[in-house]
Amino acid sequence: MNRWRRIGRHGATAALVLAVAACQAPLRGTGDLGLIVERAAGRVEVIETSGRSALGEVGGLGDLSHASTVFSRDGRYAYVFGRDGGLNKIDLLRQKLVGRVVQAGNSIGGAISQDGRLVAVSNYEPGGVRVFDAETLAPVADIPATYGSDGARSKVVGLVDAPGQRFVFSLYDAGEIWIADLSDPAAPQVTKFRDIGRQPYDGLITPDGRYYMAGLFGEDGIALLDLWHPEKGVRRILDGYGRGEEPLPVYKMPHLEGWASAGNLLVLPEVGHHELLLVERETWREVGRIAVHGQPVFAIARPDGRQVWVNFAHPLNDVVQVIDLPSQKIIETLHPGKAVLHMEFTPRGEQVWISLRDEDRVEVYDPDTRKRIAALPVDKPSGIFLTARANRIGL
Amino acid sequence: MVRLCGIAVLLLSVALSQTARADPSAARQADLVYQLRQDCGACHGMTLKGGLGPPLLPTALADKPNNALVETILDGRPGTPMPPWAFEITPDEAAWLVRRLKEGLP
Repeated sequence: MNRWRRIGRHGATAALVLAVAACQAPLRGTGDLGLIVERAAGRVEVIETSGRSALGEVGGLGDLSHASTVFSRDGRYAYVFGRDGGLNKIDLLRQKLVGRVVQAGNSIGGAISQDGRLVAVSNYEPGGVRVFDAETLAPVADIPATYGSDGARSKVVGLVDAPGQRFVFSLYDAGEIWIADLSDPAAPQVTKFRDIGRQPYDGLITPDGRYYMAGLFGEDGIALLDLWHPEKGVRRILDGYGRGEEPLPVYKMPHLEGWASAGNLLVLPEVGHHELLLVERETWREVGRIAVHGQPVFAIARPDGRQVWVNFAHPLNDVVQVIDLPSQKIIETLHPGKAVLHMEFTPRGEQVWISLRDEDRVEVYDPDTRKRIAALPVDKPSGIFLTARANRIGL
Repeated sequence: MVRLCGIAVLLLSVALSQTARADPSAARQADLVYQLRQDCGACHGMTLKGGLGPPLLPTALADKPNNALVETILDGRPGTPMPPWAFEITPDEAAWLVRRLKEGLP
C-alpha cells in the first residue's frame, strides 16, 4: 500500500515537472532565425524561416535608417548598427535588447571579428572605426580616420572582417583603404593604402576572404586589394567601365555587400549606369554586361550561384529582376510593390525574403517558381538579416 | 529700353514671389515630407542629421541662400552624389521644401 502511495507521489512530481517545463519556451536553435529592420520605428522583428513567421519584436534601438546587422558566432545574438551611432545587442531567443551603447554621432555599419570577440563600427561622425568587446560592448580600440596634413577625418565606409583578426575599410573623403589588424586588440596595427581612387562609397570582401574591393563613386573603376599579398598594394580594375558615357544620376547608392559572387564570376552593379557588370575572378576582366530595369542597388546571388536577384534605386524601385547567370538573361521581372529595399536568401536558397518599405510588408518567394509563398506585415521594413551570416566571412 | 527692362524685372520678381508663395497641396506636402525622410534620408539620414550627404538641419542650412538650395534640389550638384530631382519635384515644391527645412521639420 505504502509502495503505491510512493509511486503516486512520484507521478505527481513528474507531472509538476512537466507542467513547469511546458510554461517555458521549448529549447530551440537559432539556425533558422533572423531579423528584419523596421527603420522608422527603431525596432526589429525577429523571424524564423522554417514556418516563415515573426517571433517577436525588439524596440528602443534608436534611428535605424540604413541599419545593418552582424551575428555572434553562436548565432544567438544580433548586433544592430544604427545611423545614430547606436550599437545594439539583441538576444534572438529571448527577443530582448541586452546591450546598447551610443558610440558615435553618425554611423554606417559594422563587422564582427574572425574569432567573434570584437565588434567594429564604421563611423561618419567622428570619422573612423571603433572596436568593442562583443560580450560586454566595452570599448576596446579607437581608430580615427585621419588623413592629409591638417588632421581632417574621413567618413568610413565598406567595413568588413577579414581572416587574421583584421578589419578592412575605405575612407570616402580621403580615397584610402586601411587594414587594421587587431590580433592585439589593445594595439591595432594599421596599414594604409593611399590614392586608391575618388570617393570609395562601399566595399566588399570575396566570400573566401581574399580580395577586398572598393567601388568608386568619383570615377568608373574599382580598387582591388589582395589580402594574401597586401605588399603588392591596391590595383585598379575595370577602369572606365562606363566607356565615357555620361553617368546617370544615382538616387540610391549601390550596396556592395551584396555583390553577387557566383563561381568564378562576380556580378557588380554599375554606378550611374543601368547595367550589371560580369567580371571574371583572377583576371579581373569584364566578361559581359546585362542591361537592367534601373540603377541596381543590390545584386544578390542565390546560394547555388545560378540566379542573381536585383533591386533598383528610386524611382524605379518597385521592381525585382531575376537573372539566369549561365545564359545571362533576365528570366523574370517581378512587381512586388513600392520601395523594394532589400533581399535575403535562406542559406540553401529555397526562399528569398524581400522587404517592401512603402507597403509595410515583407514577402517571401520561391526562387524556382518565382511565386510568393508568404507575406508578413512589417512596419517600413529595410534590411533582412539571417543568422547564416554568422558563419560567413565578410557578413 | 532701360525702363522696359526694369518693368520686366519687376514683373518677373512679382511672378517669382507669387510662385514662391504657392504652397503644394496638403496631400503633396505629406508626400514630400515622406520622400524627404525616406529617399533623401538614404544619404542625408532619416532624421536629416547627415550621412554620406551633409546634414539638412536648420543650423546647417541657415547661412545658405534659399535659391542656391532650391537649385541644388532641382539640378543636383555635379561632382558629388547629389542627383537632380527636377524630374519629380517642381520649383515651387523645392522652394517649399527649403523653407520647411530651414524652419526645421517636426
